[in-house]
Amino acid sequence: MPVTVRTFTSSGEAAAALSSDRGARYFGGGTLVMRALNEGDISISTIVRASDQALMRIDASGPRVTIGAGVTFARILAERELAFLHAPARSVGGPAVRNMGTVGGNLFAPNPYGDFTVALLALDAVVSVQGGFGVRDVPIEEFLQSRERQAGTLVLAVSCQKPLSADAFRYRKITRIKPKGGSVITLAAHLPVSSGRVLGARIALGSMAPVQIRAKAAERALEGRPLDASTIAAAASAAVEGTSPTDNALASGWYRREIVGVHLRRLLSGHE
Amino acid sequence: MAKTALQFRHNGRDVAIFVDGGTNLLVALRELIGDMTPKFGCGQGGCGACSVLIDGDLHLSCLTLAESVAGRSVETLDGIKDGPNLHPLQRAFAENFAAQCGYCTPGMLMAAKALLDRNPQPSRAEVVEAISGNICRCTGYEPIINAVLAAASGGRARA
Repeated sequence: MPVTVRTFTSSGEAAAALSSDRGARYFGGGTLVMRALNEGDISISTIVRASDQALMRIDASGPRVTIGAGVTFARILAERELAFLHAPARSVGGPAVRNMGTVGGNLFAPNPYGDFTVALLALDAVVSVQGGFGVRDVPIEEFLQSRERQAGTLVLAVSCQKPLSADAFRYRKITRIKPKGGSVITLAAHLPVSSGRVLGARIALGSMAPVQIRAKAAERALEGRPLDASTIAAAASAAVEGTSPTDNALASGWYRREIVGVHLRRLLSGHE
Repeated sequence: MAKTALQFRHNGRDVAIFVDGGTNLLVALRELIGDMTPKFGCGQGGCGACSVLIDGDLHLSCLTLAESVAGRSVETLDGIKDGPNLHPLQRAFAENFAAQCGYCTPGMLMAAKALLDRNPQPSRAEVVEAISGNICRCTGYEPIINAVLAAASGGRARA
């Protein structure tokens, strides 16, 4: 069924169009919305697009990086300053999907997708959104918990601190086929270390709940402790706490619960 | 609902069509332009049979909004041969038995071309990565990987 396509030069106008029409969906890279249209999703009556260059901007020169919502994964892979995000970006789809899929769109990708968002959640990212009340910054965890209600808002950018060292940020996507496959589970960990102890640990999980979640019990097991075998074992055994994985074609919820601790232990131990 | 006029370059030739809102590029190419080389596989971005190059970058035409290619260059398998002469990648596919049923072949060739245009001498791992978004249910992939490597080692793939 044909839909109305509305293209705006400013993100503000696009956000206004999005918030005023219940049947409107923002069209970024197309990997979610066009797929829905191809499947005959009649809830979409209008496609809203924005050609605002601000959505395509990457600012990675300082300790805090800001990535426009329209930036593709291919562009992230081409940006040396974003090396800490290369593993999650490379884990998304094949080359064509990475040329199309965007950082902003990934925030809305349902299981078993949304792997890049797992990395952003572990990095305590902030999501800049523009809705009917102007621009505001929303912590990514809060954004994800209310994702179903965000359809009328336009994501402008995400920002996060760069990890202090390459070892401080770790990412692992478990798939049944390589190099490309949907997530059985996806894990990311940000492990700032001060005086030999982990301070401010963040562990994020994908495909372990309806949206990406933090493994807070595992984070507590790491907090203030050296990253040694006993600490890692405690975190791994706590990884499943608070999760609610479901069955899909890639794995059962039971299997996901069984393996999440195993893979968290490997991630924290630095095992491939 | 009014149709939208759309102009873009298709295999080096300027084309103009009218599309319904929300039409994807695959439908525009096959049904409005008559280029049947991109295939409809899944319509979900999962198989790669519809792969085309847009301004030189690999895209899935089934997930591309047709209107988004206005003023841009779209290259399909139909445009890579030189008159009656096959492209070196096509020859390599034929010589290495890289096509069986052939349904994935247009997408595989475009994914391989996207790789070799940027990296004329790829490693095996880079070839595997380059075609990782394209599904083949016949060959087991090995003949396809060998064909891409053969085209690359022949130094002829940037034709």
